[in-house]
Amino acid sequence: MKILVCISHVPDTTSKINFTEGDTKFDTNGVQFVINPNDEFGLTRAMWFKEKQGASVDVVNVGGVETEPTLRKALAIGADNAIRVNTEATDGFYVSKQLAKIVQDGGYDLVIAGRESIDYNGGMVPGMLATLIGANFVNTCIGLEVEGDTATAIREIDGGKETSTAKLPLVIGGQKGLVEESDLRIPNMRGIMMARKKPLTVVEPVETTPETKVVKFEKPAPKGEVTLVSPDNVGQLVELLHNEAKAI
Amino acid sequence: MSVLVYTESEGGKFKKTAFEVASYAKEVANMLSTTVTAVSVNVDDSSELGKYGVDKVLEIKNDKLSNFNAKAYADSLKQAAEKEGAKVVVVSSSADSKFLASMLAVHLNAGYASNVVSLPESASPFTVKRSAFTNKAFNITEITTDIKLIGLSNNAFGLKEASGAAAAEGFEPSLSDEDFTVNVTSVDKATDKVSIADAEVVVSGGRGLKGPENWGMIEELADVLGAATACSKPVSDMGWRPHGEHVGQTGKPVATNLYIAIGISGAIQHLAGINSSKVKVVINNDPEAPFFKAADYGIVGDAFEVVPQLIEKLKEFKANNA
Repeated sequence: MKILVCISHVPDTTSKINFTEGDTKFDTNGVQFVINPNDEFGLTRAMWFKEKQGASVDVVNVGGVETEPTLRKALAIGADNAIRVNTEATDGFYVSKQLAKIVQDGGYDLVIAGRESIDYNGGMVPGMLATLIGANFVNTCIGLEVEGDTATAIREIDGGKETSTAKLPLVIGGQKGLVEESDLRIPNMRGIMMARKKPLTVVEPVETTPETKVVKFEKPAPKGEVTLVSPDNVGQLVELLHNEAKAI
Repeated sequence: MSVLVYTESEGGKFKKTAFEVASYAKEVANMLSTTVTAVSVNVDDSSELGKYGVDKVLEIKNDKLSNFNAKAYADSLKQAAEKEGAKVVVVSSSADSKFLASMLAVHLNAGYASNVVSLPESASPFTVKRSAFTNKAFNITEITTDIKLIGLSNNAFGLKEASGAAAAEGFEPSLSDEDFTVNVTSVDKATDKVSIADAEVVVSGGRGLKGPENWGMIEELADVLGAATACSKPVSDMGWRPHGEHVGQTGKPVATNLYIAIGISGAIQHLAGINSSKVKVVINNDPEAPFFKAADYGIVGDAFEVVPQLIEKLKEFKANNA
């Protein structure tokens, strides 16, 4: 089985978010970048398929040269090859078109992407990619097994979960649950050394027009002070929630 | 022309989000001087949509669609959008709608903006405001395609009643075996509990509760409020509560009317996930907990003393306001 894991290069979850150039660009100053958490759960699951079922695992990112350390980290975790599509990831559709080309050229059976990146939260790429290449698709995937050419996937639904089966090729939008948080791997020295020698192929983008563009960023309005209620007067909280906040 | 809206249902009845997306679609239609067409699947009586400004309902009744199936639903909506010549399509942010939206976008060659939080800023160019960076920021996004697909954030717009009557019309999309290549084999859903996505109120517990055995009071408080229960990341990582309850940056986002955090310190990742909730309450014994900076109301106190009192006071309140 040939697996492709799509990796987004995103600000660490603890990052303070700021913008520059008249609020039109994300300010990367002082920001630590990581593998998108939703992708990392998928990458770790892919390692399981590699170790237990002999799958090959490639990783891909659509982005500039600055994203290569993130791809190297994925190689250090255990991916075999990395591919970088050398272009700015402008919108979900544009990225999906780039990935579609990579999947078709590489003949992948299973594509594991995160359900969304934690920066733009678009949640578009897995479903768009699947539709563009005519593959099956399961979103918000929290469990995945493959036997022969058939996958069994568990999807998180509002208030529960749903199990389905589908033939490969399959694209999933993955998230926490594919593996446990405690299963995530920190690259060891050997992995890091090996990652330096693994192939990282740079390919040029296919021509595509994005369908959306970000005009401007805004930060939420600053919040007012908290109203403190004494622990000896809990009834006041009920009153405030009813009369002032109108929340109950 | 017309604005097309997918109105979700369960067990033959519309979900609350259906009325919210319908209300939103109506306002968009007003901006564009056109009408609203809704699509319903296996709903017994769709006339209620008229109250929220829907002019016409394409009623799909098909036993093969009795379980949600993203591919077949996306294909049905595509055919409905084409029939109506829709230029704007609106869906909710439920798990199901997000699942089908990206597929629908490709079918319609529509630019798609998800997590939209308000009415379009302008119709030409067509720009919408959406949340990004897990609610730490917003972006104004221009959709440049002829057809626009909007995923509306839950509880971002609310319900707006309009006077009108929705004319029902049967609609039979043409579906083939190709639409049913992902087969649902089982659904495991707690039917007696409110889900986080559908809840008006969420009661959430953190590490301060010391162990899963202490969740009884969280559930009781949730019960009194008709709320869903949730938890912080460490609590789900330690296996005290199921993953599905984890809210925050790598868990579920919560956009509810009232969010009550108990024994949660308020790490930046957690706050990001709950930021778009309207009213936030924190109960924590540490006055320095970052959550107090993000909350509207707070009690500095021992959760094991405060929560039982809160349950009592809420019961009294409910008895007096019944």
